[in-house]
Amino acid sequence: MAALPPPDVAREWLTTMTLIRRFEERAGEMYARAKVGGFLHLSIGEEATIVGSARALRDSDYLISTYRSHGHALVRGTPPENVMAELFGRVDGCSGGRGGSMHMFDLARRFMGGYGIVGGNLPIAAGIALASDYQGSEDVTLCTFGDGASNQGTFGETLNIAALWRLPVVFMVTNNQFGMGTALRRHSAVTDLQRKGESLGVPGMRCDGMDVLETHAVLAEAIERVRADRRPLLVEAVTYRFRGHSMADPEQYRSKEEVARWRERDPISSFGGLLVAEGVLDEAELERIDADVIARVDAAVAFADASPFPAPESLYDDVYVLDGKMQGWYSAATAEARSELELDAAEAEALPGSAAAANDEIPQRLSSALAAGQDGSELDGGVS
Amino acid sequence: MAQMRYREALGAALREELARDERVILMGEDIGVFGGAFKVTDGLLAEFGEQRVRDTPISENTIVGVGVGAAMTGLRPVVELMTINFSLLAFDQIVNHAAHIHYMFGGQATVPLVVRMPQGAGHQLGPTHSHCLEALFLHVPGLLVAVPATAADAKGLLKTAIREENPVIFIEHEALYGVRGEVPDGDDQLVPFGRARIAREGSDVTIVGVSRMAVTCERAADTLASEHDVHAEVIDPRTLRPLDLDSILSSVRRTNRCVVVEEGWPHGGVGANLAALVSEQAFDDLDAPVERVTGADVPMPYSKPLEDIAYPHEPQIVRAALAVLGGDRGSVPAGGD
Repeated sequence: MAALPPPDVAREWLTTMTLIRRFEERAGEMYARAKVGGFLHLSIGEEATIVGSARALRDSDYLISTYRSHGHALVRGTPPENVMAELFGRVDGCSGGRGGSMHMFDLARRFMGGYGIVGGNLPIAAGIALASDYQGSEDVTLCTFGDGASNQGTFGETLNIAALWRLPVVFMVTNNQFGMGTALRRHSAVTDLQRKGESLGVPGMRCDGMDVLETHAVLAEAIERVRADRRPLLVEAVTYRFRGHSMADPEQYRSKEEVARWRERDPISSFGGLLVAEGVLDEAELERIDADVIARVDAAVAFADASPFPAPESLYDDVYVLDGKMQGWYSAATAEARSELELDAAEAEALPGSAAAANDEIPQRLSSALAAGQDGSELDGGVS
Repeated sequence: MAQMRYREALGAALREELARDERVILMGEDIGVFGGAFKVTDGLLAEFGEQRVRDTPISENTIVGVGVGAAMTGLRPVVELMTINFSLLAFDQIVNHAAHIHYMFGGQATVPLVVRMPQGAGHQLGPTHSHCLEALFLHVPGLLVAVPATAADAKGLLKTAIREENPVIFIEHEALYGVRGEVPDGDDQLVPFGRARIAREGSDVTIVGVSRMAVTCERAADTLASEHDVHAEVIDPRTLRPLDLDSILSSVRRTNRCVVVEEGWPHGGVGANLAALVSEQAFDDLDAPVERVTGADVPMPYSKPLEDIAYPHEPQIVRAALAVLGGDRGSVPAGGD
């Protein structure tokens, strides 16, 4: 077992893992209440991979993630209020309500985003590392992705180019055993994922992703080696997703016994138990941490619910960096003529997605979700 | 003014911008030691070194993605793809990432990236190296699309593209690389986006030509003048996003007739888009339906006689112009008459 960090550090890791857990549990509830739309991918069970790795970064290092990225925003310090507001599609969301669950972003904290396309973030990570290297900084980029992404073309292409150009990037494959509902042994010919970069010049390492201490120790070693040697590494963090792939996942691809076995290794309760056993915390403090986190998440929900939806007139904002130039490919005169075709306020209010309609819809969506015996009724059959 | 080939003008733009701004780097397959598949980047590796002029593996999607990430964090990468057909391997990074990142992250990140690539038929390269696909990029909000037809525009637009804050798809034409033209002297001769070039003034019919077709349209206009006493106004939009629709409309309001000419496919093409816009905006000014001249609706064949008739030439443009002036009706796809 890796050594315990100083007590205040250990307490912060536990608190942040608990925050991610409680935040996502509430996000799931808010999804069932139709406060959150689209897809919602939870990382419950994978918290140690998030906190253990991100806490091995310097503040100036970059972190880039996938569509399962609420925890990555939270671990970098994005306020839960803004992450929840993004899930609610509100103007105070960390992506202004444009991205949603799969596209969290916080440039100021060097969280370079969640990305909805499996494997899409790998080349971008290499580009960020290239810029760091070119600019003469010591910054390292940590790029996380799932086991499923290791089959994408961008995995091989990016590892090759990163090794070839000696880019300071740590590739972290969060192996939660499934690419959506396809088990690792059914989607990857090589299941020893840490070895998948060897032929591309990227050596591998592995950590127990249910153990925040080991995850931190291995990632810290990898990150500092990459920082010093200017050669990328691949780290496999072995973990398990306790919940479905997304909210509409009947989980027919795995047994309840298997899930139960992994839940016994819950990264939060095991780390909390360890801290009590080692005398870092007592049970009362453990409960206080949880209560504080729950209160914080309640505040995040209240904040998100109070935040307005983006104004209809903001629809075209930020398609382009404009600097006073003409927008899109319509000229100014044409845009004026086209605007007659746009919905007026009353028409917009009558649409099913309007703020008023969203509030009306909640009881119905909640009841249908409950009737289905699931956490949510995601997109009537869409499960991605 | 200096006489320069289109490829030399592009090379000059890259050289000047590399010298002007340290954030500019070039990446692409065989752009360095080999000098570029079309020799646009010839000499730049020796001049600027391998940190700034980077030969890449053959990994189109990833090299564009590396450009996206580097652009988000302070560089101004210019990625060369060897032909536009290869850009299809990079469509994920171009559309899902480069085009959308600014919007999807609420305006926090910008992607000042240029992706250069040549297109076009005429060199017997068959169905995987010859197409004109500007319509695919035109379709995507978040991208800017430049289609220079002259050496001066190649240089001036590329310099603008490199200084632009938005991702730019910069589409060159293989048949134009060797064509000479006058290029204004000086490092700061930029050609702004969204401003069409009136290649030739005229009062009888407006002919809009995209990419290399702007050049073909000028030749057709010569024939229309000398053989038919028809004075065509030829407009080269130069950029498709943003589009200088105002210049096209003001011309159509004078000529009351419009022909749009592109090398790409007819369905969902640039011409279809332009024809719709002109019809929507200037219907009352039109004396005839907008006529389109397009490439044939086929994968580009290898065999020379077939390739020749699969993309537009002057006679088809002349016929289309005469048709809107009162001759025979009917759209004029290449090889279709």
